[in-house]
Amino acid sequence: MRTGRGSFPGRYLLGRLGLFVLTLWAAVTVNFVLPRLMPGTPADAAIAKLSQNGPVSDATRAAIEAQLGVPGGNLLSQYGSYLEQVVTLDFGVSYTFYPQTVSSMVSQALPYTLLLVGLVTVLAFVLGTLVGVLSAWKRGTWLDALPTLSGSFLSTFPYFWTALLLLFFLGYVLHWFPTTGAYSATTTPGFSLEFLGDALAHAALPAITILLTSLGGWILGMRNAMINTLGDDYVTFAEANGLRGRTVALRYAARNAILPNLTGFGLSLGGVVGGSVLVEQVFGYPGIGYLLFNAVIGQDYPLMQALFLMITVSVLVANFLVDVLYGLLDPRTRR
Amino acid sequence: MSTRTSSELDVQHAPSALRSAGRVLATLWDNGKARVGLVLLAFFLLLALVGPLLSPYDAKENTFPRSQDVSGAHWLGTTAAGEDVLSQLVHGARISVLVGFTAGLLATVVAVLIGLSWGYTRGWVAEVIGFVVNLFLVIPGLPFMIVIAAYLQNGGIAVIIAVIVITGWAWGARVLRSQTQSLRSRDFVEAARFSGDSAPRIVFREILPNMTSLIVGSFFGAATAAILAEAGLEFLGLGDTSIVSWGTMIYWAQNSSALLTGQWALLFAPGLCIALLALSLTLVNFGVDAVSNPRLREGSRTRKADR
Repeated sequence: MRTGRGSFPGRYLLGRLGLFVLTLWAAVTVNFVLPRLMPGTPADAAIAKLSQNGPVSDATRAAIEAQLGVPGGNLLSQYGSYLEQVVTLDFGVSYTFYPQTVSSMVSQALPYTLLLVGLVTVLAFVLGTLVGVLSAWKRGTWLDALPTLSGSFLSTFPYFWTALLLLFFLGYVLHWFPTTGAYSATTTPGFSLEFLGDALAHAALPAITILLTSLGGWILGMRNAMINTLGDDYVTFAEANGLRGRTVALRYAARNAILPNLTGFGLSLGGVVGGSVLVEQVFGYPGIGYLLFNAVIGQDYPLMQALFLMITVSVLVANFLVDVLYGLLDPRTRR
Repeated sequence: MSTRTSSELDVQHAPSALRSAGRVLATLWDNGKARVGLVLLAFFLLLALVGPLLSPYDAKENTFPRSQDVSGAHWLGTTAAGEDVLSQLVHGARISVLVGFTAGLLATVVAVLIGLSWGYTRGWVAEVIGFVVNLFLVIPGLPFMIVIAAYLQNGGIAVIIAVIVITGWAWGARVLRSQTQSLRSRDFVEAARFSGDSAPRIVFREILPNMTSLIVGSFFGAATAAILAEAGLEFLGLGDTSIVSWGTMIYWAQNSSALLTGQWALLFAPGLCIALLALSLTLVNFGVDAVSNPRLREGSRTRKADR
């Protein structure tokens, strides 16, 4: 780690932290403004649903609005109480799963998504980056053509379609994996070996789907960045000095080529999390994405808003960490 | 220099823009992957254009026996509602192509406008634009789309396109900004600045024509993303479920448990079409990448790319 004038890490971190807090505030505010920009209110939707069964009296309407916490007062005081909700993680009561609180539903779903999407995303990144280095180094051979072509082919598959294909062949036809849920009805969640094995089997198909559809992006990104660095003078110089091929590839070229890929990793996290909504829906996997889908279908606005905030904040935090890591790895960005 | 009128400059620019577009196309055709992509893309464009004339039945005609297997009368079988799957598949090309190209084009226009002004301006304006672009970059696209689409229920194709454009322009803007930044200090831009040209004129007449391949590239990227996004939203039932598109076909197939009844064609054919259309655009983009970054050109290991 180089430290010197103008590249003091603490100051860099402070700057990044400031930007992160600002972005976080903006995202939280977008989540506040969005429903207010849209036509109709959640209470209208609930009343519309109710009025299919007959006319809704004014008293019922008032009761529904009170129950759903339709905010009173001016926009500023609404914003104040919204921020208070966000800070205290109190998002009220779910419409569709009344009287469960939104927070309890989110905290039930979160571990599944974190473990599934989080682990698989890191795995895909590591695997894809290594393959990318290899294909750039072996450029023009089948070791390059095979992963680049199959990777880009697979990454154009719609997430949900790949999920359906795997569900059909590996689930229904071959019976290799369970087809729905996060664990069997016969096991009880806990830290038993039986449950862990069962949970792993249930996570397999969604995991393979996310892995297959996201690998291509990492491979291509790393390969292209690597080809760029391989053309740089210092790599040519290292080669000319008679260093071993593998040393040049890993110590010189890949070390620098991975930097832009790291930023790409941060940015594409949002895509992976978004894709998991589709994947979780296909497999009925009870994570955040599945919950979001159900919230949308049931017009459960408090739940939907909280989930979207949850997803956005987690992507922002991950991006912030990646950003910090980038800064630590590449002193030039700290200037 | 300063004695030239603007119309003379236009005359000077028009053929060079044409020529550069022609050159881009020629380089694309030279690239093997891009050529496959162009042919595939042309096929889908043609299908979208004249497909309904070729399809055996009307896409919404539901008088056939329900959930039929593949047969001579129905090459891909019929849906649970008694519609011909092949006819739906052919008609569905329209929606994907329309959404992909419209949303891709609009997202690219926004990306060009914002990316170029971001790259050309300095000071607090650039900082503010940068902050907004980064915000849109990190907000996860699909959940954002799902939430907006949920509020604007049953808004139809126009809403879907708007949602995709809102969430899809930021990446292109970022790419175009860095190229603008490097071009703004070049000699010909300096010269235009000293001869008193206005900023918009410099940006759109001097800088923009030099970014053709990057802009074409971000268009194909945005169109691919739009096609996949539209299919995803339709699949979740958040689009207009009354239209016939590849996304809604899968939505209805899933709704009627086509997997369990073994109607593979109903599920797999539309998905394959989405994948192939997206693939064709990705392949073309490989070629565009090679144009804008000579180091990626097949077999060449040239030194410095010109950026």
